[in-house]
Amino acid sequence: MTAEVEAERNDVRDDGRRPPRAVVGSHRIDEEMFGRVFDGKVVSRIWAFVKPYQRQMLIAVAAVLVFTGTQLMIPLIIRNAIDDGLVGGGGLAALHGAILVFAAVIAVNFGASYVQESVVGRTAEAVLFDIRQAMFAHLQDVSLSFMDRTEVGRLMSRLQGDVNSMQEFLETSVLSVGDITLLFGIIFSMLWLDFRLGLMTMAVLPVLFIVRIFWLPRARVAFMAAHETNSITNGALAEAIHGVRAVQSMDRQDVNFALYEEKAQANLQAHLRAARYAQVMVPIVDSLTGIAMAVVIVVGGSMVLGQSLDVGVMVAFLFYIQRFFDPIRSLTMQYSVMQRAMASGQRLTEVLDVAVDVRDAPDAITLSPDMDGSVEFRNVTFGYNPGQPVLRNVSFKVNPGETVALVGPTGSGKSSAMSLVHRFYDVQEGQILVGGHDVRSLTQQSLGEQIAMVLQEPYLFTGTVLENIRYTKTDASREDVIAAAEAVGAHSFIMALPDGYDTELGERGGNLSLGQRQLLSFARALVANAKVLVLDEATASVDSYTERQIQKALELLLKGRTGLVIAHRLATIRGADRIIVLQNGELIEEGNHDQLMANAGPYARLYNVSYASFDDLPEVAADADSDDMTASRT
Amino acid sequence: MSDSSSAATLRRLATAARRERVGWGRGVSTLTRITGIALQTPWQAAIAIVSTLVAAVLQLLIPVLLGRAVDQTQVVVGSGSGAEAAQAALLTTAMLLLACSVFRGIFTTLQNYYSESVGHNVGYSIRLAYYRKIQNLSFSFHDRVHSGDLITLGMLDLEGVRMFFSTGLVRLVLLSILIGIGGYLLLTTDLVLGLVALSFVPFVAWRSSVAQLRLRATWLELQERLSVLSRVMEENLAGIRVVRAFAARAHELGKFATASTSALELAFARVGIRVRNTSAMTLSFFMAMGLVLWVGGTKVIAGEISVGTLTSFLTFMTILQMPVRQLGMLVNSFARASTCGDRIFTLLDLEVSVEDAPDAKPLELTEGTLRFDGVDFSYPETVDRQTLRGITFEARRGETVGIVGPPGSGKSTIAHLVPRFYDVTGGSISLDGQDIRSVTLRSLRTSVAVVQQDVFLFTTSIENNVAYGDPWAKEPRIERASDSAQLHRYIMGLPAGYQTVVGERGSSLSGGQRQRLSIARTLLLKPAVLIFDDSTAALDAHTEQRIRTAMQRQANERVTIIIAHRLSSLMHADQILFLEGGVVVERGTHEELLELGGRYRALYDLQVRPGEDADVEVAV
Repeated sequence: MTAEVEAERNDVRDDGRRPPRAVVGSHRIDEEMFGRVFDGKVVSRIWAFVKPYQRQMLIAVAAVLVFTGTQLMIPLIIRNAIDDGLVGGGGLAALHGAILVFAAVIAVNFGASYVQESVVGRTAEAVLFDIRQAMFAHLQDVSLSFMDRTEVGRLMSRLQGDVNSMQEFLETSVLSVGDITLLFGIIFSMLWLDFRLGLMTMAVLPVLFIVRIFWLPRARVAFMAAHETNSITNGALAEAIHGVRAVQSMDRQDVNFALYEEKAQANLQAHLRAARYAQVMVPIVDSLTGIAMAVVIVVGGSMVLGQSLDVGVMVAFLFYIQRFFDPIRSLTMQYSVMQRAMASGQRLTEVLDVAVDVRDAPDAITLSPDMDGSVEFRNVTFGYNPGQPVLRNVSFKVNPGETVALVGPTGSGKSSAMSLVHRFYDVQEGQILVGGHDVRSLTQQSLGEQIAMVLQEPYLFTGTVLENIRYTKTDASREDVIAAAEAVGAHSFIMALPDGYDTELGERGGNLSLGQRQLLSFARALVANAKVLVLDEATASVDSYTERQIQKALELLLKGRTGLVIAHRLATIRGADRIIVLQNGELIEEGNHDQLMANAGPYARLYNVSYASFDDLPEVAADADSDDMTASRT
Repeated sequence: MSDSSSAATLRRLATAARRERVGWGRGVSTLTRITGIALQTPWQAAIAIVSTLVAAVLQLLIPVLLGRAVDQTQVVVGSGSGAEAAQAALLTTAMLLLACSVFRGIFTTLQNYYSESVGHNVGYSIRLAYYRKIQNLSFSFHDRVHSGDLITLGMLDLEGVRMFFSTGLVRLVLLSILIGIGGYLLLTTDLVLGLVALSFVPFVAWRSSVAQLRLRATWLELQERLSVLSRVMEENLAGIRVVRAFAARAHELGKFATASTSALELAFARVGIRVRNTSAMTLSFFMAMGLVLWVGGTKVIAGEISVGTLTSFLTFMTILQMPVRQLGMLVNSFARASTCGDRIFTLLDLEVSVEDAPDAKPLELTEGTLRFDGVDFSYPETVDRQTLRGITFEARRGETVGIVGPPGSGKSTIAHLVPRFYDVTGGSISLDGQDIRSVTLRSLRTSVAVVQQDVFLFTTSIENNVAYGDPWAKEPRIERASDSAQLHRYIMGLPAGYQTVVGERGSSLSGGQRQRLSIARTLLLKPAVLIFDDSTAALDAHTEQRIRTAMQRQANERVTIIIAHRLSSLMHADQILFLEGGVVVERGTHEELLELGGRYRALYDLQVRPGEDADVEVAV
């Protein structure tokens, strides 16, 4: 057998072919990087975030203009110094005058540059954080079904990448003002100094514009490709790091290395290509600069020789030419930034526009902590999509202090029922009452405070054990937290952690076992001290020792509270005061364990086929046909 | 240095050490090593350096020519022939200038392109070496080093090393020429005016170095604060149900505001550092320019120098301005490359602790017997505490060994020792009499397969995931393996079937489905030893039963080890080991152990009658 395996692996391996089913890393280009250059709707939405900083923006633009103005003046002052002081008859007095003006101009330049850079930098940062804050706050309110549909990674790229490109956009748009001013300032100054020479010098400008217009789209493709291959290779590296154990245990190192080498090679080539595009402009710009200077020297020089031009003007021209191409270069770069920003802005507004389904009613009242703790479903019909109800006309009541177990196969509507109690969604028909009040008439905050929820997957946050158990109850004392942990039986393992209650948990509580995380989430629910407990029992099995601890903790948690439990384990179900069996969104049986067993209905059937756990129905129902299938395949 | 030892090495790789300065000698040797890698493309490096020299010299000629042109306009034009001669001189200068500009452009392009190219080649070769190393470093290394740190190392630190040639070495040559030759030209032309013109250089060099180093330090700090902010957002979004369940909106917004404000404050501080320095640098440059104009102007009036000389001084300054400001980047490039390179090379130089012995031979399987002979094991980080002590057992082909015991008793460690993810610290493990340390890793790992507790799926199609261990596998084998793992029916129900993309960013599978996929990809390999490391916990009892039945067909061709806490998973085993504190405390078949009435019996009672209290010490 082993020999056969070896053969199967080797014969194809040796022919040097690339394995047909092997890839490393993954890359999905799901976002268009460039949008339209200008999108009025997007701009107006973003403007709303800039508006609070209107004054700063005005100051910034003014500073940019002053800054550019002073830069433009420097060649003119040099010209005056030369023409009036050195060559003309003005002598030292004229020179000193020019130096004084120069000193004043650079002082203003210093101030303007300081103001411009700090105001632009700070405002762009502040706007960035504001946009992010608005999006984050909005995501706290949008419907959960949106959150279920949307990958966290996608939202994170909105909150980070897209927000960052808006910041870049704000910074460059202010700087663009400066570049445009500089460009026109230089053109104006040259024409003003000498109209004819100015025109001749500027003859090279259109050439550069045309070259860049042809160059830009191609170069951008090359730059994007380089950027893209970066994320591809880095993605493959990240996969190799995260999955190193799987890679080693299946001996894929060599295959993966060969595949990675291809990606790294592609990355290298893409970067070299991008570098060629970036560099091809350098000799063009330098040659055009050279031509412009040659024109000034030949034409301007002859004019100076012929006394029709002052030598200072020629010097000023030479200075202007050296700055000539900078604004054109940065303006064309800013064009790409604009496009990227529009695409990002589009995506940002999409997030900001996600509808909020569940809101507090205008006259919502606060649910008093003294309410009786009853939960009632009255003829509830609910579905995520209209026409596809997941709960149909469900009615039942959980009396104060009672524990009711919800049982049923996957897709029977158990989890939806649980979400409705907390008003994660609104019912389509009927109503849900907590403490005798329709949940839609209560504030979400007060409702949330009275209903504690334990989810199937224990979810912990980065932070200490103490902070996790406390969570929103920041006023809970250390003693309260310890008491809760002791009650659920978590105290002993917490104390065994390096820093006890102050131990920092790893990502998602990674340094704890599943059972331990569950116990912590129980302790957290206990500290929340709500009247009603809604709990989805975990399906994944933990070791028997922890299992028993969890059962005990559960009993304690339910003591004195109204409990609505989605139960999977027999012990939990048997311990419940009442059992509600759901199937296809309908309530099909109700009663305690003994009554339901006596009924000999679906519950009794389930009970009899299950061993130590109460597993889902379809596995039982589907048994027959899956066996058929296996039979037909073998 | 071995990858399983040297805590200090690992600490150096950790993020906390990011700001740690590298010693002087160490820094030099790191930079030398980077330069050595850069010289692996000797022609390109040579072209880059030579082009830099030529481009810098050509650039220095430009102010000289400009000055000459200005002076040529100042000759007193007398007769017609004099005018013609002056015109011709101007034309010559203009042509020279044009040629200078064109060639400077060409050589600058060569300089930039080839230095980028050398840098990218350095990046490429380090990238490959890094990838290979990471893939081969043993589990004990990966256990203790954060994956995030390794990714940062492979992205940001690699970038720092890659950039060294272009932003460090080449720029150093460029600056040396510009400041050296340029300065020499200025000073020899006119000592006083030269000194004035260069007066801004030390100040700007100092400010820009300080600013760059401070910006870099605060950048690292900012990245840390931003990562806290992303963590707050990410955890909030991933755990949005918990957030809503606890009505924690205000609490979470508070957390966000704290993290956000702390990052914003630092971002503001960084804007401050940048602005203060750039404004001061610009001011000092303009002040020097003003002084040159003043002193030079006075000299022109006094007839000591010509207007052209003054012009060339002023244009020299504009040419020097940018490179001098970039001195800071140069300093930063050296600092960055030496710290980043140090970290990367430390990792590349690690010895892999689990490796083929020099005389390793391929494993030869005959009987297919697995033997543990007095195996001791302790993890490198807890050498004083033995995880396993004196484990001895033997399993022949066709046999199943069940391993059970309380959490932390060392069950999973046994699973990790057979494929040599770690090496035993005492005793030996052998397959058909060959010590597993004496055979090649490849032959061992193709014969031993472990279904791991935590399933890592690769972001690719289900098909590719199932065929991960043997990417040459044909469809029927893939489907057979999936079918045995009770996954085929589910996959066929998916719209894209076996082409459905799963993994981190693919469509999500439930915990049970992930486990079944992991079982399928292991079954495909048809190993001689198959180990289930608590890998059926997320499956319901029925599915598990069906998988067991499906596997029965091949089970007599291999040794199966089942590690589980659910007794129903392993009670059919030929031999069950009850592990406690790293020692086998009970062994036998299910019936024998029940008979024995010890710990196994107690656990059995606990599981079969979970509602009732059994006689067992509960220790969590």
